[in-house]
Amino acid sequence: MKPVPFEYERPHSLKAACQLLADDEDAVIIAGGQTLIPMLAMRLARPSRLVDISRIDGLSGIEEQTDNITVGCMTRHAEVERSPVIASHVPLLSAAMPWVGHAPIRVRGTIGGSIANADPSAEVPLVLVTLDGTITLSNATGSRTIPARSFFSGPMMTEIQPGECLTAADFPVWQHSRTGIGFREIAKRHGDFAMVAASAQVSVDATGKCIACAIGIGGVTDTPLALPELASSLVGTAFTDQSVHDAAKAATDNLSAMSDPQTSPEYRKRAATKLIADALMAARNDALETSEGVTT
Amino acid sequence: MPTVTMRVNGAQTSADVPENTLLVDYIREHLRLTGTHVGCDTSQCGACVVHIDGKSAKSCTRLATQCEGSEVLTIEGLAAPNGTLHPLQAAFKEAHGLQCGFCTPGMIMSTLDLLQTNPKPTDPEIRSWLKGNICRCTGYQNIVKAVELAADEMSGS
Repeated sequence: MKPVPFEYERPHSLKAACQLLADDEDAVIIAGGQTLIPMLAMRLARPSRLVDISRIDGLSGIEEQTDNITVGCMTRHAEVERSPVIASHVPLLSAAMPWVGHAPIRVRGTIGGSIANADPSAEVPLVLVTLDGTITLSNATGSRTIPARSFFSGPMMTEIQPGECLTAADFPVWQHSRTGIGFREIAKRHGDFAMVAASAQVSVDATGKCIACAIGIGGVTDTPLALPELASSLVGTAFTDQSVHDAAKAATDNLSAMSDPQTSPEYRKRAATKLIADALMAARNDALETSEGVTT
Repeated sequence: MPTVTMRVNGAQTSADVPENTLLVDYIREHLRLTGTHVGCDTSQCGACVVHIDGKSAKSCTRLATQCEGSEVLTIEGLAAPNGTLHPLQAAFKEAHGLQCGFCTPGMIMSTLDLLQTNPKPTDPEIRSWLKGNICRCTGYQNIVKAVELAADEMSGS
């Protein structure tokens, strides 16, 4: 259980890294390596060359923009987990972080790595898709930005083209004063891959009525999945346990859910219905708690 | 074959190693520091936890070349040169925080990181932190006691 031989490069510029990737289609990026190295050790991954981007300046950091927060691809999970900027502007991401692996994994693992790896059960892609964020991809000559909702094309598959490096993700910031979040996940053991995860963000007005809603699920279909129709159907309503459960059930009924030896598609859909409803109610109650003088 | 240079337990080390050498193999095979154990090789069990630049990390999930210029601390670097055990090592002995001992180096290196950031963790905080460290002798009860004992000792209460 040891990696196959490979070449190793540690470029000091993004341009050089992208050129290495463009010149060798079997080369892969290594950032934190927390998924790639076990894949190498099990010989599930057999790249010709690793391009280590960890020592390129400018790829790490959390930046406040007007309507979003930009997180550089090399930003470690642990930094995001304890960032006050993320906690106050993208609290859904803060809530998801403890579910990513274990503490020593989050010290090394990166935001860009979690997204580029495109595991259907991963938490960071789920949050980014739920909030309708964007992803920036760079190559040796320039960069482009695409919506996260069209970035994931299948399990471990993305729109990244040869010679491209994912350099940043932008998480939208909601300006409504009464906004709450809910994150729910079930896994066989904490830190294992999610069987099902649900993330929700809800804003309410002074009367407690929903004025904005986002909901997404991970681990159910072969990519992280936002449910915009479900979200918009709840805007303008006062959530009740029954109405939210019914809406969640309708949203999951026709999903093409994944199957594995432990978890049937039917189980995944039942669990998704429950977790969607729980995450939405938690988000709505969280939003109400931030609004003084509103009674439920 | 690249040359890798890093400080391990305060001593400068250097070796020519193949690119696909894991940090844990550099530590065990090249430096012959066999206190760091390999359980699963895939980041699940935590037996291989060491500190890289002051933070805990699974050394099976790190290439030696990625640690070029880093400061690495292993279980061998905890006790004083005269053999006096580190308070965490003493506490694991005192509270019987081990049975077979295979997971112990990882448990100690992992909880050392916890105590550096949270000197008086609660029982649930210790259990939560140790989710990435597996003990197959089912000795968690005494492991948690050992960490609490060490926390008291290290914070002087």
